[in-house]
Amino acid sequence: MYKAAIPKEILEFVDTVRKFVKKDCEPIDELIEQQGKIPEPVVQKVRDLGLYGMTIPTEYGGLGIGATGYCLVAKALSWGHGAFRSLIAVNNGIGSQAILLSGSEEQKQRFLPDLSSGKKLSCFCLTEPGAGSDAASMTTTAVKDGKFWVVNGLKHFITNAPIADVFTVLALSDKEKRTKGGITAFIIEKGTPGLKIGQLHQHMGSKAMVQSEVIFEDCRVPEENVIGKVGEGFRTAMKTLDIGRVTLAASCIGYAEKLLKMGSDYAKIRVQFGKPIADFQAIQWMLADCATEIYAADCMMIDAALRYDSGERQSALASMAKLYASEMACKVADRVLQIHGGMGYMVEAKVERYYRDLRLYRIVEGTSEIQRLVISRSVLKDELTF
Amino acid sequence: MKVLVCMKQTPDTEASIKIAADGKGIEEQNIKWIMSPYDEYAVEEAIRIKEKQTGETVVVTVGTDRVVESMRTALAMGIDRGVHCVDPAFLGSDALATAKILASVIKTENPDVVLCGRQAIDLDQAQAPAYLAEILGWPQVYSVAKLELKGNAAVCNRRIEGGEEIVETSLPCVMTCDKGLNEPRYASLPGIMKAKKKEIKKWALAQTGLAETDVGTAGAKVKTLGYLPLPDRPPGKVFKEMETADMVKQVVKLLREEAKVI
Ligand SMILES: Cc1cc2nc3c(=O)[nH]c(=O)nc-3n(C[C@H](O)[C@H](O)[C@H](O)COP(=O)(O)OP(=O)(O)OC[C@H]3O[C@@H](n4cnc5c(N)ncnc54)[C@H](O)[C@@H]3O)c2cc1C
Repeated sequence: MYKAAIPKEILEFVDTVRKFVKKDCEPIDELIEQQGKIPEPVVQKVRDLGLYGMTIPTEYGGLGIGATGYCLVAKALSWGHGAFRSLIAVNNGIGSQAILLSGSEEQKQRFLPDLSSGKKLSCFCLTEPGAGSDAASMTTTAVKDGKFWVVNGLKHFITNAPIADVFTVLALSDKEKRTKGGITAFIIEKGTPGLKIGQLHQHMGSKAMVQSEVIFEDCRVPEENVIGKVGEGFRTAMKTLDIGRVTLAASCIGYAEKLLKMGSDYAKIRVQFGKPIADFQAIQWMLADCATEIYAADCMMIDAALRYDSGERQSALASMAKLYASEMACKVADRVLQIHGGMGYMVEAKVERYYRDLRLYRIVEGTSEIQRLVISRSVLKDELTF
Repeated sequence: MKVLVCMKQTPDTEASIKIAADGKGIEEQNIKWIMSPYDEYAVEEAIRIKEKQTGETVVVTVGTDRVVESMRTALAMGIDRGVHCVDPAFLGSDALATAKILASVIKTENPDVVLCGRQAIDLDQAQAPAYLAEILGWPQVYSVAKLELKGNAAVCNRRIEGGEEIVETSLPCVMTCDKGLNEPRYASLPGIMKAKKKEIKKWALAQTGLAETDVGTAGAKVKTLGYLPLPDRPPGKVFKEMETADMVKQVVKLLREEAKVI
């Protein structure tokens, strides 16, 4: 029903993306898995479709379809392979939003067109070994030296860092003040002396999703690369996360939809005790629960996205959508694996890949516990409006 | 160079088709309609010709109001404008009647090249382009897998059994496009936005110069009597309680004698 609230051209565009996913992405999901990356001709199609710049306004070369459009596309892309989200999410979200929300006009003109077109990739450097959920406890420092800031420190778990050209980096510009005006956001370009890529992380998800450490050793950043005002970086970073969280929910819903289809297809063809297992009520109920929870998550996600696009700023809505959708998708993966029995445990059924990949979404861009923290704060302060 | 594409809207390849209660058509509710996939090659080729040589591209479709959506897809991919042949009198047209309607547009538009899909994926008749060439008195090249335009001629590679045939034809001509000719682009969002403003002209019986008896059910030389669903697949045979070697012998025997596949 929510379709009525979404411009027709966006729905048509989402249809095009679905077609692209079906024709160009789904058939090569195993190839992507084996090679650990999406083949370049397909990446080019992602660029041609403009998928790197969905949230970036048209005046900076983006599609300008807002959180809602991006969410619907993210959902469609999940039917292909998790690598597609990993590829485009940073340019659409944490990699561009700081510049978009708080950057100067000059910075927007300089960086956003190349991020929109996918000519350049971005990454977002907030997390450190000692500062995860408590991002404000970071130790990376930025010290003013003439017309430059000198950055020192180590970030880790940074998505796309090894392939990124534009780094949004959060660093302490005033140790005493911290979140109260002591954290500043910088744009640091690849090739800046003192910016180094550290160790690549090995993780339980798909190899086509890249994370690494980022090291800053006396990295000199020109002062015009400060995003917004000095000391306002933490607020910018937190604002940046809202849009990312709603779209994470959308991706989870896409995965869950695909898993449900896999589960129902398998239940219809797998015969035990002389009938398809779909005839057993235990299996039917698992499918029914999956479908119901997917629908609930979808309604939450769309509501949160539409309200975000209408200018309403309630972080708790994005947090609720992300919390519910990521936990829901993990439950769906678990049930669909169960429906597949032993075959679900085998690589060839592909369910185990989703099971592993999805686990990330309860952690990244704020763990489930941190989402609950955001939500409960809003409840306790009597700020939450449904 | 002016290129005109004849496009048909068909049910999605994945739509599950149910025959209507009267047996004369299909149930149209809940069906997703798409541009016939072979026609996508024609649309793409037209756009590429224009990109290389400048000129104009036009898409023409015969059908009810719902076909406009697929015409917009062609416009979103990059076709310049559309002609929508729509009139209650056109309903029930067979391939020949459809070709007459299309030819009436082509005579007015005067394109250098008419591109069609090799066949529409719903009825699989592959007839309209041939009728069209006949009515216009133009050459026709069927199943083009490669196309090169040279001045007033076109050199085409045609898919034939076991290989390809290279032919040359004068222009204007009618060509049907096959898989492999190109890779159709996706409609981009700016393309979709632009398509909303592009012209789609309506073309009714009065414009065609045809009589009511030339088109629609009245003009159809081939009448569809009804549709039948595919028969249910016969149940498989299960071989049990036998030695494996004997089972294999049985299976081979039946494959040879009953199924006649080996
Ligand atoms: C694949 C991947 C990609 C990532 N990409 C990026 C990136 O591009 N950029 C970036 O900056 N970061 C990135 N991260 C980091 C990610 O955002 C953090 O991992 C996440 O915020 C959690 O921090 P942490 O890992 O240090 O866990 P911790 O903060 O150490 O949490 C450990 C546990 O304690 C719980 N916990 C912590 N504090 C509280 C509390 N107050 N109340 C209740 N429970 C609490 C947590 O919920 C969790 O269960 C990525 C992480 C992964 C795994």
